[in-house]
Amino acid sequence: MAATVESVERTAVGGSGGSARRGRDKRSPLARGEGRAAWMFISPWVIGFLVFTAGPMIASLVLSFTDYEMIRAPHGVGLENYQTLVQDPKIAKSLMNTFIYALIFVPTGTVVALALAMMLHKVGRAAGFFRTAFYLPVMTPAVAASAMFLLLLNGQRGLINQVLGWVGIQGPNWTADPAWLKPSIAIVSLWSVGGSVVIYLAALKNVPQQLYEAAAIDGAGPVTRFTRITLPMISGALFFTIITHTIGALQMFDQAYTMFYGPQQKATASDESLVYMIYLFQNAFQFFKMGYASAMAWLLFLIILAITLIQLRIGKRYVYYEGERD
Amino acid sequence: MKHVRLPVVLAASALVVTSCAGVGTKDNAGGSGNSSGDSTPSGTLNVMGFSGEDEVAQSRIDAFKAAYPTVTVKNNKGDFDAQQFLTAVSSGNPPDVVYMDRNLIGTYAAKGAIQPLDDCIKNNGIDTSQYREAAMNAVKLKDKTYGIPEFYTVVVNLISGKALKSAGVPTTDIQTADWDKLEATTKKLAKTKGGRPARIGFDPKMPDFFPLWSMANGAELVKPGGEPNLNDPKAVEALAYAVKLVNDQGGWSNFKTFRDTFDLFGEKNQFIQDQLAAFPIENWYVNVLLDSRKNGLELQSTMFTDRQGQPISTVGGSAWVIPKGAKNVDAACKWAKTLTSVDTWNKAAEARMQTVTKNKSFFTGLFTGNKVADEQIKAKYLKPTGDAGFDQAINNYYNSLDVAKALNPSPAGAEIDAAWKSQVAKALAGQATPQAALDQAQKDAKTAYDKAAQG
Repeated sequence: MAATVESVERTAVGGSGGSARRGRDKRSPLARGEGRAAWMFISPWVIGFLVFTAGPMIASLVLSFTDYEMIRAPHGVGLENYQTLVQDPKIAKSLMNTFIYALIFVPTGTVVALALAMMLHKVGRAAGFFRTAFYLPVMTPAVAASAMFLLLLNGQRGLINQVLGWVGIQGPNWTADPAWLKPSIAIVSLWSVGGSVVIYLAALKNVPQQLYEAAAIDGAGPVTRFTRITLPMISGALFFTIITHTIGALQMFDQAYTMFYGPQQKATASDESLVYMIYLFQNAFQFFKMGYASAMAWLLFLIILAITLIQLRIGKRYVYYEGERD
Repeated sequence: MKHVRLPVVLAASALVVTSCAGVGTKDNAGGSGNSSGDSTPSGTLNVMGFSGEDEVAQSRIDAFKAAYPTVTVKNNKGDFDAQQFLTAVSSGNPPDVVYMDRNLIGTYAAKGAIQPLDDCIKNNGIDTSQYREAAMNAVKLKDKTYGIPEFYTVVVNLISGKALKSAGVPTTDIQTADWDKLEATTKKLAKTKGGRPARIGFDPKMPDFFPLWSMANGAELVKPGGEPNLNDPKAVEALAYAVKLVNDQGGWSNFKTFRDTFDLFGEKNQFIQDQLAAFPIENWYVNVLLDSRKNGLELQSTMFTDRQGQPISTVGGSAWVIPKGAKNVDAACKWAKTLTSVDTWNKAAEARMQTVTKNKSFFTGLFTGNKVADEQIKAKYLKPTGDAGFDQAINNYYNSLDVAKALNPSPAGAEIDAAWKSQVAKALAGQATPQAALDQAQKDAKTAYDKAAQG
């Protein structure tokens, strides 16, 4: 009932405001001046967004209905590019590779980043040093990190398999065995989870200490405190990083390109490492199919949009935002 | 409503600008090859794709500058980048002359990204007969010439004498005529440790050298008109054999993983570390090996032959092309002519010899793509090195020049290339049989070819 009253009140307030806006601008000259100033201040971003994001997006939408080879003028082909998307087996293959990569990276990246953040949270004086140390890889170019990991992940001489060997595990041929190519890209991506670590650390610091104290008095153990207090209290940060990681994972390019499709790799790439953005790049710049590549970009946009909407819907149910509810 | 005017105006103007950008392609006719031997080029010459770092490149740039002091050369150093090139051309701001792999020319010519050079060749009196025939064939599409070729990479077998000695294998057993015998030799030379390769006996250099093995077995992967022929039974047989060679040596995953540990360019390379007994490789590599002589390299070499025992080789190399819309076609033509002329190559050889003398090393050959220049340089500078293995390797490379063949150019060259690479990798990994893999490659390549041929 309370909710109903609240929604009625909101509607009334919203309705009244909307009606006022639709009428003559009754704001004071000062308010209008402030409005103009606000627009002036945000205009660099607005112009940048329109020129560098919205403009190219509209252009690519138009191009997706054309046969455009970049050299000659584009000519309309209707829905042909979108029909080809359905028939092209490499679209399904590259999408599946991308989903598998995302399914490996997003949960692993979240768990690793959270574990590191919780350790950092416990560290006293040296926290600043470790925070910087964990964040530094984010500043490393993905190409350099990928080249380094090619050495580390070598199945025969790489450090990772040597370390696994110390505990009696024979590591796989990460970068040569088709079954391990996607996990190897995910491992390289883990190198840059430092950004999430910093976000989680900030969220952990904001969890009120009294909650833990009260739980301890009630006899809650560490696992219960983690699942019943920590996770709900940092769910906003977790949700944010899961969404951004998912979007990033579905747009994976740098690591996969450097490891398996760059000039040094020549012809050794297997289709198992063909992620969607690599195939898009090949169509655009190797096969001159910019119209088709644009259609691919829009398909990916729609997929990401759908996944994000699903995540938002799920998030509404499970994510706690401090101050949102009484 | 006043307060929404500003953003609306900003949005509208930005959208107008951005929606035009990129969509409207300038259909410039481009330079029409208005260049003649008598004209004096001037202005700026924008060069793309040419690293131009070593003495051979630098001396040739200097030769052009000396011949045409009125031209300002702006070399955007760095290897050819398709994305950079295509965006430059489509935005109507292309470079004047571009250095690219010859195997890309068919695709770029078919798409209209580069212009025919027939007028440039005729008006500037460029003698195309001086270039090697295989190199010239690679720069032609439908009877028009789109590039001026330079450099000529050929393939022979390079061998570690130490590995052969340790296994009691004579050099003559490293041959590609009798495939059963080569397999037996490979098994004899290969070593394993803990179930993993410790030495590769013979590396067929797959997937890169699939065209070479197909050629050795009598297959023509691209027909003269540019149509793909990737699932030719002879090509399938060659792929099946190469897969067998790899499987004999631990299987693709172990084989590639071990091969990735090679320090190919280091002084302690795979021959010095006894990781490899023999492999076919291009002529540039013999120059790299000079540095590992002090570490005890015992180089030997044999020719790569077809199954009848006749020497064969694939050909690689680069070419100078002029993009559509280039502004200084006259200077670009003269650049291509000057950098590939006999005189200029002789100057480059002189520069190389100075480096060789300074490094107390020896000359390993300069394979220019210009037949006349090759012969003059060989006669003037190639001397016995004092290392019989190097002498043998260098002579083998020179002997391959006249027998080497390039893949026929195709308007769908890039797609054909991608199709076989992807499927050969699949066959090597055991994810498809050679027949199924090449059938799929042929299907993909043929679809692309049919579309390109229509356009």
